[in-house]
Amino acid sequence: MSRGSGGGLDANDGRVWLGTPAFPEAARTALADTQLRHNLRHATTTIRAKRLDATGEVPHWEELREAGAAIKRRTARHLDHYLEQLERSVTEAGGTVHWAGDAAEANRIVARLVTATGAREVVKVKSMATQEIGLNEALGAAGITAYETDLAELIVQLGEDRPSHILVPAIHRNRAEIRDVFAARMGDWGRAAPQDLDDDPKALAEAARLHLREKFLTAEVAISGANFAAADTGTVAVVESEGNGRMCLTLPRTLITVMGIEKVVPRFADLEVFLQLLPRSSTGERMNPYTSLWTGVTPGDGPQDFHLVLLDNGRTDVLKDTVGRQTLACIRCSACLNVCPVYERTGGHAYGSVYPGPIGAVLTPQLVGVDKAPSLPFASTLCGACYDACPVKIDIPEVLVHLRARVVEADRDRRALPTPEALAMAAASAVLDSPTLLGIAQRAAAAGGRLTTRGGRIRRLPGPLRRWSATRDTPPPARETFRTWWRENRERR
Amino acid sequence: MTDERTDRPRPGTSPAEDDRHDRTDTGRAAVLGRIRAALGDVPADETPADVPVPRAYLRTTPPDDIVTLFAERVGDYRATVVRCAPEEVARTVAALLERRGVRRVVVPDGFPPEFLTRTDADLVRDAPPLTVRQLDAVDSTLTTVAVAIAETGTVVLDAGPGQGRRALTLVPDHHLCVVHPEQIVPDVPEALARLDPRRPLTLVSGPSATSDIELRRVEGVHGPRILDIVLVTSGTPARPETPETSETPETPETPDTPGART
Ligand code: SF4
Repeated sequence: MSRGSGGGLDANDGRVWLGTPAFPEAARTALADTQLRHNLRHATTTIRAKRLDATGEVPHWEELREAGAAIKRRTARHLDHYLEQLERSVTEAGGTVHWAGDAAEANRIVARLVTATGAREVVKVKSMATQEIGLNEALGAAGITAYETDLAELIVQLGEDRPSHILVPAIHRNRAEIRDVFAARMGDWGRAAPQDLDDDPKALAEAARLHLREKFLTAEVAISGANFAAADTGTVAVVESEGNGRMCLTLPRTLITVMGIEKVVPRFADLEVFLQLLPRSSTGERMNPYTSLWTGVTPGDGPQDFHLVLLDNGRTDVLKDTVGRQTLACIRCSACLNVCPVYERTGGHAYGSVYPGPIGAVLTPQLVGVDKAPSLPFASTLCGACYDACPVKIDIPEVLVHLRARVVEADRDRRALPTPEALAMAAASAVLDSPTLLGIAQRAAAAGGRLTTRGGRIRRLPGPLRRWSATRDTPPPARETFRTWWRENRERR
Repeated sequence: MTDERTDRPRPGTSPAEDDRHDRTDTGRAAVLGRIRAALGDVPADETPADVPVPRAYLRTTPPDDIVTLFAERVGDYRATVVRCAPEEVARTVAALLERRGVRRVVVPDGFPPEFLTRTDADLVRDAPPLTVRQLDAVDSTLTTVAVAIAETGTVVLDAGPGQGRRALTLVPDHHLCVVHPEQIVPDVPEALARLDPRRPLTLVSGPSATSDIELRRVEGVHGPRILDIVLVTSGTPARPETPETSETPETPETPDTPGART
């Protein structure tokens, strides 16, 4: 599917890839792809091990997670206050703040700002927010070419592909595939790949370096996302590894940063928590190679024109839901993807959402409305591994269960009479909501041998779940039963 | 950079139309209104400080020898650390530049001239500011640092004297920085407490790197491929002085004094 034409992405809503099959179907296709599964397993196991080393080394890791969750809780409960403070700080430091209610508004603001500079090309730092609003496509429609500069994003863009992981978007591609994409497509976008390009990662990285260098040295406008922004000082932070971020944030004359409203943190000093939590959870490093922090504009150093676009695009709907609200704490580290047994087997594309994995399963339905992504809250085993891994302690299983109930409600409201599926869902969610019932169902199933699995997946659920499971596979709980999880995580509170 | 702005592109969708629109801040009012409506469950008299933020993480004990820890941790990132006595810095800098084959090196204002006495590389000043192309044509940049972080093996640049603007340590392929022991702090919280957020800050942990291709680490994708650190050893490694307590009006419960950790 082509990114450039906008044919793959729905023009109205870049957050869900409409036209892609719902999760159960897409997952079945992905499961049949052995190369994909091999690439995924290798990647997630490797990052998982590194993350455990990096977090295990910090004796006060749990205290850091507590602080991270608490800072985000404080921010969410007083979001209007902090955003107004951020706006004042950025403006005082010489930047301009814009507010965008939805994707279309954000895209219009960015296109207008770019057009005003006279530039037709922009360089981009990898950012989930701009992917979410389909910015590249919108800029394309306005006659502006956006160049992705993160190596993985470059692979995705050249290959007319979609990202499949938050941190390593081209995780589903191996080096031979990447070589072929570079050899075939680099010339169409700028400097071509060397004739004799082989599939050594060093050589591939070098080809990307040469290809992008020309763009960095001439670009007049850059577009970035933001990992954090401190309300008290107006300081914006971008963490990265390759230096493409620094290139974009430093060399062009104009910098436009698109930031979800939930990325604000109260104080500059609060960054001390997140700059510890993020790299270790994300890449399993003590610190990522480069972190850039800037406050408005600095005469003689870096962009002299800085714009901060604050993006809602459904986030206030998430805020409204007192259970779902905690999802806004997400710092996009991707730790939950790497520990998720479902993600490891299906990959990111199966979610049909800009945000894949456990975080995608809870965030996307909330951003777009559960009726538009009804299968995503079910794309999980509720094993709780994501909750254990999350550096800001988002209780993803809790939100999943909550959203499952909302899916059923939405279904019931939409149709005059409940469909058989809605009834089965209601039964399923009643059981999943109740630790005792599920425990009984699982034990009964195990004891009676009525739980038939094939290829590690439950084909048939017992009792009230049968009709629901007849139409979909249920991945078995990976590490513990829901009941055990419930006892440990919910009842103790 | 050539200026091509005489030829303005014709906008595909007419963004000019929105000019007035954005300026009147309809987006702002709408978003803030939705946020306030969404937070109906938050009591009207609740203040941010009413939401507690536990800071127990600050109570860690740094190792005695943070200078050695810093050197080890930087080494983990495939950067080179060379420790030398104060009177050896000029010679060490010269030797490293030679080892890297550096012929032209940018020296920012405020970089100590006594560190430059032994090298025969061409010294280039950034005054008047070099164009990006000129910068691309030099081999290396020499800097001091604002702060260094032992636990993570990080150096922090704040564009202060001896560091220059951010582009200097980004475009050339080699970056050599001189670190003094008293600049090393144990961890990230102490580093941020020492920094001025109004300055542009860059935290550097090893050379640029990517792991995007089969998670194989490759150094130097866009930033400098080589990072050399000269660590000035002045007899017994010094303990960092305690930074001043930062103003924390919003969080009175915060034990933000790094002194509390020892
Ligand atoms: S939900 Fe938690 S673990 Fe997942 S990406 Fe967000 S912060 Fe990371």
